[in-house]
Amino acid sequence: MPGFYKSKGITLTYFEFLNEHGITLLLGTVTTMKVLVCSMILYVIISMIFGLMRLSKNPVIQGIATVYIEFFRGTSLLVQLFWAYYVLPFFGISLEAFTAGVVALGLNFGAYGAEIVRAGILAVPKGQWEAAHSLNFTPAKKIKRIIIPQIFPIILPPAANLTVELLKATALVALVTVVDLTFEAKQINSITWLSAQCFGTALLIYYIMARFALVPFLRWLEVLAARKVGKEKI
Amino acid sequence: MGWRWDFTYEILPQMAIATLNTILAAGVGYAIALIVGLFFLLAQRTPSKIFNWVNREIVEFIRSTPLLIQLFFVYFVLPQFGITLSAWVCGMITIGLHFGTYMSEVYRGALEGVSKTQWEACRALNFSTIYTYRRIVLPQAFPIAIPGMGNYLVGIFKDTPLLSTIGVAELFHAATAVGGYNYRYLEPYTLVGIIFLTLSIPAAMWVRKLERDVNIAQGKIKK
Repeated sequence: MPGFYKSKGITLTYFEFLNEHGITLLLGTVTTMKVLVCSMILYVIISMIFGLMRLSKNPVIQGIATVYIEFFRGTSLLVQLFWAYYVLPFFGISLEAFTAGVVALGLNFGAYGAEIVRAGILAVPKGQWEAAHSLNFTPAKKIKRIIIPQIFPIILPPAANLTVELLKATALVALVTVVDLTFEAKQINSITWLSAQCFGTALLIYYIMARFALVPFLRWLEVLAARKVGKEKI
Repeated sequence: MGWRWDFTYEILPQMAIATLNTILAAGVGYAIALIVGLFFLLAQRTPSKIFNWVNREIVEFIRSTPLLIQLFFVYFVLPQFGITLSAWVCGMITIGLHFGTYMSEVYRGALEGVSKTQWEACRALNFSTIYTYRRIVLPQAFPIAIPGMGNYLVGIFKDTPLLSTIGVAELFHAATAVGGYNYRYLEPYTLVGIIFLTLSIPAAMWVRKLERDVNIAQGKIKK
């Protein structure tokens, strides 16, 4: 029913619009948050693993990591999403829309994250490795107690940027039929034709999520990490 | 259901033409983004504090909301105000605006990367502002901006598939159409992936080489 309200000659104020469709948009927002949290966990784990693999001295392990990173950074996220959702069933792997979305997002951002982790490890001064070595720390203790605490203040600022990008990228999962905020906005638009209201509200919700929830949280993590190594952040 | 080569060859010409459209879209979008970025940059450096603040907020807003919804917004909302634009124009405007905000950050970072003493030296020598920009600051800022500018060229190229959602006939749109028509998505989508890889990996390598060359030229790293 295109232009449902218009065809009946009803004009809605913005508050009436929110009253009618706000709940649907909020439900979509909850799904978006779920996608965000799941893919965030996945991408952090993947970037840690592949960031370390990229620095391995074993050429096979390093090669695998390089191919993975170049592949996922070289193709478009949308193509990867569609591939995961529409092409994998050809190989007998049928993923649910939500899973396919999270996996594609996690793999894509994991590739970018791995480069950040790699750069972070390389940025730890060589003297720290040597000092830990000369104090006869075991390799595990060296990584855990000396290197990792120093990595976080270096990698968190670029990782924060990447995470905001991730929040924006979650909008794409709507195109593989995950019922998130974008999907709901599109749906309401096709019923009511109130494009300005539904897409405007969706934009606002994304903005609020990014600016007043995600970014403060990531800044807090940065301060925490900096304090841990005895640096006062900003 | 295995890979079918005959089908691949059959759709290849169509995909090749669509690839040209994708490259065109990325090029036009990039050109607009470069110019829009300049405007955003200038608007953040005016004497009026309030104006600068409003501008920063607009940039923040565009940067922290998804390109996909911005596309929908421009494509569906403008007609409500009597402005009907084709999908191509809408897509180019949105990509230009979205990445223009990123470009303005690249420019800003580059300008701030030029040391303050350069400005002071120019003031001491009584150079005009325009002369300072043209002969002293910009030649030093440009090399700093190159890596960022190159990365966003690749970034725009990889975001062009989003244009298919509003019906721009680029590569991804062609793949979806071909796939839907023949009910085979394996080959079209895989081809899209391969085409993207073959175009964006050399581009990314070129950007990396450029970055290295610039660093060498500036004496930051040795050959």
